[in-house]
Amino acid sequence: MVKVLYFAGLREALGTAGEDIALAAGVADIAALRRQLAARGEPWQALARTPNLRAALNQTMVDESAALADGDEVAFFPPVTGG
Amino acid sequence: MNSRVSVCQEPFDLAAELRLLTEGRTDIGAVASFVGLVRDLGHRAPLLSMTLEHYPGMTESALEKIAEEAGSRWSLLGVRVIHRYGTLAPGDPIVLVLVAAAHRGEAFAACEFIMDYLKTRAPFWKKEATAEGALWVDARDADDAAASRWRS
Repeated sequence: MVKVLYFAGLREALGTAGEDIALAAGVADIAALRRQLAARGEPWQALARTPNLRAALNQTMVDESAALADGDEVAFFPPVTGG
Repeated sequence: MNSRVSVCQEPFDLAAELRLLTEGRTDIGAVASFVGLVRDLGHRAPLLSMTLEHYPGMTESALEKIAEEAGSRWSLLGVRVIHRYGTLAPGDPIVLVLVAAAHRGEAFAACEFIMDYLKTRAPFWKKEATAEGALWVDARDADDAAASRWRS
């Protein structure tokens, strides 16, 4: 299982701030997890559609090639706009 | 290097933070400060409020990493970063960066660096409310460009 969090406009589009996900067979990195979630259909296809979607793994920003392990915390969010 | 970051809803007191950073020190010759305010961009109906969402836990560690990175690039004597979240009004302060150093060159450069990195690496998102509804603010390419000029 991995913990998945969503923020900002993506959180609103999905109607949830997060969930625990069982990784499907062969899902070993962030890009594959994103495809697994988007494959559920609407509204999850927002994960595929959102331009420049960013990801964090265990609270550090990473590329989509970052490898996943059981117990990880993954977050998906739009580009940040603080400051 | 002494660095402290806070993520909070309350307003901050620039004078009090300046005093805390410099009290009892005689080696600090310069403190550069930056204060970011809620601005009405004037693109749509008048701005009523701005709500900042963040990623608790990651936000604090991202700000600490940015402060540490500044400390490894310049010779600094202190860094203080405060970033607010929640619902703010136009003109309200959002972010404070204070950088103390022996000389102004390091203080100015590190202060700008911290803001440039914060804009692209700290997990905050702004949503603007007007009489016509609420909209998430889009990230600006100019912010990516500002952050990338420090990579070399």
